[in-house]
Amino acid sequence: MTKPMIVSVGKVMLMKFAMALAMGLAMLGQVQASEGGGLQSANISLDDMASLQRGAKLYFNYCSGCHSLRFLRYSRIADDLQLDRKDVEASLIFTGAKFGDPALSHMPVEDATKWFGKAPPDLSLEARSKGADWIYSYLKSFYIDPTRPLGWNNTVFENASMPNALWELQGLQTAVRKAGAKEGEGAIERLEVSTPGRQNAEAFDRTVRDITAFLEYAGEPAALKRESMGVWVLLYLAVFTLLAYFLKHEFWKDVH
Amino acid sequence: MGAPMTRIQSNSRVINWIEDRLPIFSFLNAHTGGYYAPKNFNLWYYFGSLALLVLVNQILTGIFLTMNYKPSAEEVAPGISAAFASVEYIMRDVEWGWLIRYMHSTGASLFFVVVYLHMFRGLMYGSYKKPRELVWILGMLIFLALMAEAFMGYVLPWGNMSFWGAKVIISLFGTIPWIGESLVQWIMGDYLPADATLNRFFALHVIALPLVLLLLVVLHLAALHEVGSNNPDGVEIKAKKGADGKPLDGIPFHPYYTVKDIFGTGFFLLIAAFIIFYAPTFGGWFLEHDNFIPANNLATPSHIKPVWYFTPFYAILRMVPSLFGTAIWGVLAMFGSIALLFFLPWIDAGKVKSVRYRGLGYKIALGLFAVSFIMLAAVGAGVVGELIPEWLGTSVDATAIENLFGRFWTIIYFGFFVFLWFYSRGMEKTKPVPERVTSHD
Repeated sequence: MTKPMIVSVGKVMLMKFAMALAMGLAMLGQVQASEGGGLQSANISLDDMASLQRGAKLYFNYCSGCHSLRFLRYSRIADDLQLDRKDVEASLIFTGAKFGDPALSHMPVEDATKWFGKAPPDLSLEARSKGADWIYSYLKSFYIDPTRPLGWNNTVFENASMPNALWELQGLQTAVRKAGAKEGEGAIERLEVSTPGRQNAEAFDRTVRDITAFLEYAGEPAALKRESMGVWVLLYLAVFTLLAYFLKHEFWKDVH
Repeated sequence: MGAPMTRIQSNSRVINWIEDRLPIFSFLNAHTGGYYAPKNFNLWYYFGSLALLVLVNQILTGIFLTMNYKPSAEEVAPGISAAFASVEYIMRDVEWGWLIRYMHSTGASLFFVVVYLHMFRGLMYGSYKKPRELVWILGMLIFLALMAEAFMGYVLPWGNMSFWGAKVIISLFGTIPWIGESLVQWIMGDYLPADATLNRFFALHVIALPLVLLLLVVLHLAALHEVGSNNPDGVEIKAKKGADGKPLDGIPFHPYYTVKDIFGTGFFLLIAAFIIFYAPTFGGWFLEHDNFIPANNLATPSHIKPVWYFTPFYAILRMVPSLFGTAIWGVLAMFGSIALLFFLPWIDAGKVKSVRYRGLGYKIALGLFAVSFIMLAAVGAGVVGELIPEWLGTSVDATAIENLFGRFWTIIYFGFFVFLWFYSRGMEKTKPVPERVTSHD
């Protein structure tokens, strides 16, 4: 029999498939990378509980006045971020909401639309739709722009309606334009802090990273449990598969 | 059924009592221990049982999702529908809801992974050929029902991609002359995908199509067991039987293939669990970023595209240009790309089943067909469109190059069938097919 050749045809088919798959995955990876084009890496970790806790505090002090987290309850935050009920009630709830309520902003939509041109969006799923890197970069990219209604603009999200809520910490940034470039889109080379705030660049990066981490958590609170559980599920399945392999081997001894 | 249904012998009076009235145990035995399968199944033969496993997973997890999901586009908060909110409720407030939903959403994508591999196996080893034409056609009907099921399931979370995806796909019917426009309204029950659309898609997704799918799966298996399984050598094992009347190259499905499939299941579950626990969105490919934004008929996503498993067909739709003032050609080509597969048993006139003994031309054509499928998937997903400026610079006309690339692979896709028609009618030089299977585990 021409057995070696026969086997090789099946192998070649399989290899072709694997190669095509690998090519597809390589393409996929490249697109993922290109989507991050121009964004800075947030470099967050959901394992860093202190960062999540700081992020929660920052979020409720600087963001929650305008933005809701409709799908996240205070009690859930307390559970997941290892905070006492008393701490949460004292340092996170500023709206008179109950412990079991979702974290809603009290700003009326109609007023908000009048003030900002567009009501501030709910941020429950912001990290899932835009990604952590986008949030991190966006929060760092506000600059003074007198042509805008509120005096602010943003290089990541041009003509955003939102003012820089963190300006006291970051200071005021102004745009440094490319030499010879006219005022206008795409001509900004970099942003520069022209009036320092309460935090230096390094401290402010950490502030923004903490808020981003908290929003990443808020996007999928189950992620904390998911990632810690997964290891055990995979270990169990690995043992199961190994035993199943031996079982198969044992049964197939009779097949000649 | 083809497997001889011999009466099982039991010492239990209860079993005998039941058997006298309804021979259910004899039936089950005839399709497990009494069903003889070729002993040379290879890696490609895991995907049928895995598809069944995923189907069961979809039904079980689906039942629990249904208990908490609300098929309503009514607003419960500014810009947020009851449907969208109920999905987040499942993800956050329902005990283990996140796990059940991720099992369902990952299962949907993996369903297509295993079904595509299962179908490719059929192409490689000629499993669609006589006498298995009906097995193949029933399988194709399952594939069609599965596509409808997946499309409607994707609409249910009522995210922005749900809405715009539904709008684009339903408007395809609008290209049909004369009746198109009213047909679109009839399907949606409104002028836009709306509450009525969501309600009927829910009904079809959780009742109608699952029933159709289950019935088709039963028929697919019944037809398979009537004619018997093909194998990597394309040898009919029933042609050589031993003194006991059992095929010499056959082994009882149970226990041999049940234990083998348990191993395959374990391996598959490892991959599935890794995705469910560590990459449930799979980088935006299984759950798309834009679908975490509530449906909004005023905000079109920057790239409307279907989920990955529809992208090859979507690419064919996009690549075929409008002619004579109508865009129906793309729609016809897209449906044609699937319809052609139904006719494969008659397009391919070759008598040799397995690719192992077919001519070189078939091997090359099949390889190109698989590559065209993947390349079209990349075009349909917009990957090619994004890579062109990256690889060739921004000075080139990206759309023109994407069209050229996509049309080339569209021609290769359809060319496979044309080539096969002529090649299998006289040009093909096949190798001698052995009388017995050649190798096994």
